[in-house]
Amino acid sequence: MDTLAIALFVGFFVLFGVVGAVALAKKRRERIADLTRELEKPLPEGAQEGEAPALPAPEDAPVPKAQDLVAAEREALLAKAREDEARRAVERLAAAPTQAGTDELAKARATEAAASAEREQASARAKQLRLALSATRDGIVGRLQKALSGKQLDAAVLDDVENVLFGADIGARTAERLLGAVKQRLGSKDLADFAKIEAALRAEAEAILSSVAVRPIEVSGDRPRVILVLGVNGSGKTTTIGKLAAQLKGQGHKVLLGAGDTFRAAAADQLEVWAGRAEVPIVTGPDGGDPSSVLFDAVKRGAAEGFDVVLCDTAGRLHTKVNLMEELKKVARSIAKACPGAPHEVLLVLDATVGQNAIAQAKQFGEAAPLTGIVLTKLDGTAKGGVVLGIVDELKVPVRLIGVGEKLTDLRPFEPAAFLDALFADERRAA
Amino acid sequence: MLETVSKGFRSARNFLSGQAELTEGNTDEALREVRLSLLEADVELGVTKSFLQRVKEATLGHTVTVEGKDKKGQKVKLGPAEHFIKSCYDELVTLMGPVDSTIRLSKPVGTIMMVGLQGTGKTTTTGKLAAHLKKQKHRPLLVGADIYRPAAVEQLRQVAERVDARFYHEEGVAPPELCRRAVQKAREWQCDVVLFDTAGRLAINDELMGELEQVKALTKPDNVFLVVDAMTGQDAVRTAVEFDRRLDIDGFIMTKLDGDARGGAALSIKSITSKPIKFLGMGETMDKLEEFRPEGLASRILGMGDVVGLVKQFEEVVDKDKAEKDALRMMQGRFTLQDFLDQLKMVKSMGSISSVIEKIPGMGELTQGKQVDDREFTKLEAIVQSMTMDERRRPEVVTQQKSRKKRIAKGSGRSEKEVDDLLQRFGMMKQMMQMIGMQPSLLSRMPGFRNIGGLAKGLGGAGPADMSALFGGVNPFGAQGNRPIAPPKGYYATTSAGAGGLSKADRDKKAKRKAEKAARKKNRR
Repeated sequence: MDTLAIALFVGFFVLFGVVGAVALAKKRRERIADLTRELEKPLPEGAQEGEAPALPAPEDAPVPKAQDLVAAEREALLAKAREDEARRAVERLAAAPTQAGTDELAKARATEAAASAEREQASARAKQLRLALSATRDGIVGRLQKALSGKQLDAAVLDDVENVLFGADIGARTAERLLGAVKQRLGSKDLADFAKIEAALRAEAEAILSSVAVRPIEVSGDRPRVILVLGVNGSGKTTTIGKLAAQLKGQGHKVLLGAGDTFRAAAADQLEVWAGRAEVPIVTGPDGGDPSSVLFDAVKRGAAEGFDVVLCDTAGRLHTKVNLMEELKKVARSIAKACPGAPHEVLLVLDATVGQNAIAQAKQFGEAAPLTGIVLTKLDGTAKGGVVLGIVDELKVPVRLIGVGEKLTDLRPFEPAAFLDALFADERRAA
Repeated sequence: MLETVSKGFRSARNFLSGQAELTEGNTDEALREVRLSLLEADVELGVTKSFLQRVKEATLGHTVTVEGKDKKGQKVKLGPAEHFIKSCYDELVTLMGPVDSTIRLSKPVGTIMMVGLQGTGKTTTTGKLAAHLKKQKHRPLLVGADIYRPAAVEQLRQVAERVDARFYHEEGVAPPELCRRAVQKAREWQCDVVLFDTAGRLAINDELMGELEQVKALTKPDNVFLVVDAMTGQDAVRTAVEFDRRLDIDGFIMTKLDGDARGGAALSIKSITSKPIKFLGMGETMDKLEEFRPEGLASRILGMGDVVGLVKQFEEVVDKDKAEKDALRMMQGRFTLQDFLDQLKMVKSMGSISSVIEKIPGMGELTQGKQVDDREFTKLEAIVQSMTMDERRRPEVVTQQKSRKKRIAKGSGRSEKEVDDLLQRFGMMKQMMQMIGMQPSLLSRMPGFRNIGGLAKGLGGAGPADMSALFGGVNPFGAQGNRPIAPPKGYYATTSAGAGGLSKADRDKKAKRKAEKAARKKNRR
């Protein structure tokens, strides 16, 4: 009775907490007030006090402050945004040439060049400040340096490496793993060269991604093939299903949709619109109904009427909500009852903007229903979704599909090389 | 993940303990730990660096030890390690403050425009904001301006219905014109706030961003709020800066904070754009919108659990006098199953038990990362409820009489073994509590329970000086150390602290009292 033990333990814990808390609240507040007063009092002369900030302050240059860095980073970001805007204007004009457009195009090109120069200047200043402020020793990348006996690594190179690793949401744990491998791969001479380090990092990332078989979604084996789609709120489950339905239908498969999101307002309506676009039938239930029963019906019908694929939508849920995760388990059980062996695929939809929380999501969802793949959506934005590296590495679940836009065709098979290109692209410049 | 981060902070502290002064050399390691912790919380890299710099500026070359006396004459010590951690927390709170959750609304019709990426929760938040405004006696009108996502307008219509607000949408009208008409409609319908729910869009989509600029130009909204998902990673800054550049945002609303995402994006966005965070979305129902509190989010980003938020919840539902009495009884070993039941009910009235647990620092250590299922508590409740009052007071009668056990098992629908388990463990816990009552220092030796002390200590106040919340139980104020939980008033004669339970003065007093008691007994005879 492990859970009972925990429940009881927790019960006492909470109870003790409540009691202790309330009884103590007042007293504690007083004590803190005392303490604060004490701390704010000026120290008596001769008390042990260190010298004022130990940072050396050259006469001519003012000591850089944290605020300056924030301002510089902001400037760099704004400059980058302006540059992007200018570049897009150029692309737009170049794509649709008109007679009068040549002048405009030239003008836009000039604006782009100016914006680009400005951006370079702004990021150079930000970088300079960062270097001035951060002791490279405290960095994670600093470990790389430590490991190399004696060889001093250029601070600027370290800064670049860090930007690549963290700017793309790769995360500290995976970053350390990558760097560990790079250390072994490279000789000390190569480590002064950012390009070489970057290439080694990329090779290592590629090794992680190819450690699991990357394959597209196929309709093979038993019919119907049941695909269950999971994810947190707003990650893009319904849109993914809509696009997938249209594509599979286009390949000549007979597709059925199951509207398992009975919770969110108008979720079933949303999927119905997609079903209409893809011209596939859909099974819906009453609002607020039991998702298991809706999806059971959908799979049952899929089996009875000879469908090739049944795509099952579910309501978005945070992975920390125990009751909702239990509901998910029940959904998986019901589907298995309606069609032995189902679900054949369980896809977790992740938003590319997500940070380190994605690892916890993948773990918890995987416990509710073993995942067979990840769909990374919204990759058409500025986010790169680097966190999936960590997920693939830890959980050995492959990325199967990526979403790159709102059109029906904007759901594509995952290609590690292209993904890594984007991941390692211009992070150095951007920062 | 929560545990690893708290560990990060604890080890940061360990690096510094025993150091006489904070120098560049000895803070390096500690800063590295803090840095890891922040990056794991998705704080943007640049912001992380400037944050560490601030901490450095605030700590370097600082005081070794401040010694002084508080007004009760107790010695108070603050070492460099404590100073370092306190600086981290203070900086974080300062950076995320000041609190400004006002919504400016002009007369006769105020306007609020909601913008953001796809899937951040704009429509749900619009509904929550409407509910919030309704509470303040406003009459909101919700405008379905998301004409792109299928059924988005229908979703908002249903949300409006749920919060009992007016709803406006016209088929085939472009969003800027639609919003303009909505403001006119509001006058007609005598609504005094209009909320525009715009479509989600990428910050780099020129066409759609241009549409928002048009909406803004046409309606001159009083507020433009950017809705940000708490789970967002490094990209949060890029997105926020771009939205702010084009629309001059008035504030942010963070959503999905009811999960375990640590919300580092809040810090990044706040420090780069210096626009305030207005509200936090904490759940899927329409009442789950909280005003922003920097202390809560600071502890969360540092991975410490939101103790202050917990106390606020406690204070709403707990009868303080009863709690004090209960604590006393508990530590005297006079705690009954009925009390246990009452406590469970009380905790339940704060929301789901698992959500309360999530906020307790160091809880991961106890449950070993397992999710706690609310239904386990329901089972326990069922068992206790199937007992008679007498059995709840004296559970030993159940163990003595098998027929009672059988009846309870039958009544609660659980097995006899489960009844046994409950009783056995209850007995154990009761004994433990009693032991703790007699010797509080024991508490700190028990794994996990160390944190209860921290909890109790951290509950003191919402002030930034309240450091213990940061440590999951390790008292930052130096030698005050091992006193994990202070008993209710009057239970101990003094409040002097000490690593070994009762101080000498206490022991002397106790012995004296015992002697007096014995003497009285003698006299009576």
